[in-house]
Amino acid sequence: MSIAAARPLVRLDLVRAHLTASATFLAVSILGGLAYAFQFNNLYPFAGVEWLSPGRVRMVHTNMAAYGFIANAFIAGLLFAVPRLTRRPILSDWLGWLVFWAWQLVLVLTVAGQLAGYGQAIEWGETPIFVDPLVIVGLGLLVVNLSVPIFRSPERGLYVSLWYFLAAFAWTPLVYFMGNYLPQFWVPGTAGAAITGLFIHDLVGLFVTPIGWGLMYFFVPILLRKPIWSHALSLIGFWGIAFFYPMQGVHHFLLSPIPMYAQYGAVVATIAVEVVVLTVLVNFFATLHGRADAIRGNLAIRWFYTGMVFYGLTCLQCAFQVTLTFQKVIHFTDWVVGHAHMVMFGVFGFWIFGMFVELWPRALERPWATPRALTAHYWLTLAGLSLMVVDLTAAGVVQGFSWGALSHWADSVLASMPFWWVRTFAGLLIVGGQGLLFYALWATARRPRVHPAEAERLAA
Amino acid sequence: MERFGASFLVAGVVTFFLGFFLQGVMPMLTLRNVPVATVEEIAADVPDSFRELAEDYPEEFARSFGEPAPASFARALRQGKALYVAEGCWHCHSQFVRPVSGEELRFGPVSTPDEYQNEMHLPHLFGTRRVGPDLIRESGVHSNDWQMAHLYDPRSVAPYSVMPGYPWFFDEARRPTERALALVAYLQWLGSWVDPAPRPGG
Repeated sequence: MSIAAARPLVRLDLVRAHLTASATFLAVSILGGLAYAFQFNNLYPFAGVEWLSPGRVRMVHTNMAAYGFIANAFIAGLLFAVPRLTRRPILSDWLGWLVFWAWQLVLVLTVAGQLAGYGQAIEWGETPIFVDPLVIVGLGLLVVNLSVPIFRSPERGLYVSLWYFLAAFAWTPLVYFMGNYLPQFWVPGTAGAAITGLFIHDLVGLFVTPIGWGLMYFFVPILLRKPIWSHALSLIGFWGIAFFYPMQGVHHFLLSPIPMYAQYGAVVATIAVEVVVLTVLVNFFATLHGRADAIRGNLAIRWFYTGMVFYGLTCLQCAFQVTLTFQKVIHFTDWVVGHAHMVMFGVFGFWIFGMFVELWPRALERPWATPRALTAHYWLTLAGLSLMVVDLTAAGVVQGFSWGALSHWADSVLASMPFWWVRTFAGLLIVGGQGLLFYALWATARRPRVHPAEAERLAA
Repeated sequence: MERFGASFLVAGVVTFFLGFFLQGVMPMLTLRNVPVATVEEIAADVPDSFRELAEDYPEEFARSFGEPAPASFARALRQGKALYVAEGCWHCHSQFVRPVSGEELRFGPVSTPDEYQNEMHLPHLFGTRRVGPDLIRESGVHSNDWQMAHLYDPRSVAPYSVMPGYPWFFDEARRPTERALALVAYLQWLGSWVDPAPRPGG
């Protein structure tokens, strides 16, 4: 006990490091995405430069969003939440720093490798083949570092967040290994595609989703100062997601040569999970009941609940777009791109921004320097993302029906042009919004440090 | 159950493998009796498209691949696919024809699982987005010259295109290098196993 008492419960310097890395790679990701969007207007800024070819930059955009921005922020959230929920510090601070640097090395090698032409042909797993072992080792060490306090916790029952975290600790390394190795080395063609579909899906469903929801279960009750509405719904939500989420990967390749029973199974499991996640949403909105003023007064809560609205929209969209009727039209179109942005950025990105609002002043022990910049960041990002999703969804419908009408291919491209201009404009709004965030983070870091207790008060 | 952290780890492992079995292993089992061809087996019959490449660009071809033979064709296929992966072509071009939306009329015969049971589809390049058309029936749709001009500057032959150019596949005299030849050899191979070669351009 004396050893535990000698160490701080939460290593704020580690949280700070991961948050800083998250913001840094967010910048890399969105600048890559913006450049890529300009390609569709035939205005690509680096045309003819081999290392900055749009095809390579696209990989940097998606991979840095997932592994740079989201993963770093989630690790920061875990490093903050797990010790507080378990009243035990992480296993080893030294290990924490090792994981931090290993993960940043993964990201730098991934960017360099992809730009140099060593991207891997696994969607969302384009991390070069030589980086994959490092990712798995890093994930393994992270899991050990964070599992030990959970198992050593003096608490009698584990809180909901920890259910999600523990399941994600089992899922994430397994998913990463499966997706990056089986279709690459052992399982060719159609069966390999089934596994890739599973990887695309599980990366969102078994890594990002459980950690994201676990963090929501942690932050929302604290900020609202009231418990989650229903423990029963928490149970249904967790076990429903755990059961149905892992069995729907093939829905990324519907109407493909993958055996139809696997496709039908994926469709049914997908519709089932949308029903299950509805219970989670009901639980959170019922928790908000009576405290709706927090949406206006607390920016973190506003981010969290805006993300949950997008989560609901995404899941509603999923339940329809997974049917073969919708797939016929919208698969291969920008509809899917809009969907992906709504999930990865509109839901999980927004939750992370809420975490930034809450954690950055605590981790730096400095109050926010420019609350107005943060509010503007919210509105610009919300406007940009909403415009992008509506625009790409509409573009997808136009493209799908153009193809179905057997028009010349050029027609679908020319009809998409106005949509692609709007997408670029929406991207500019998002990038501009993030510029405000980066400014606010930087300006806050330059302020004088306040007493930790004071920082706690300021953050809340 | 909430008292035992291990139950959630176990639940994670069990649900993962249940999903993996239903969505991953069962498709593997369905295809277990379809043999997986190696690149060498595919390349044993050198197709006309590869010989045409040697005729169209004799000097460059000789410098890069020597004679059109099974060994040089196998090398070109591997290298061409590696370039297709490195440049992220598969992010904007799919490689399967669906039985809907008139794709059979646009691209050619609907894709079947046996077509993909070979080393060239390890990893597969099904793709999830079509900014440009599907390429699994690309063989013979365009000439080698069209493919080269299109790779160098797509809008020179497809004025509406938003595809980037790949000038680094060509030398100072704008002649194809080994990379351009390999990539075109790969593209002209895609769908060459389907008989008859199906569709008009567009």
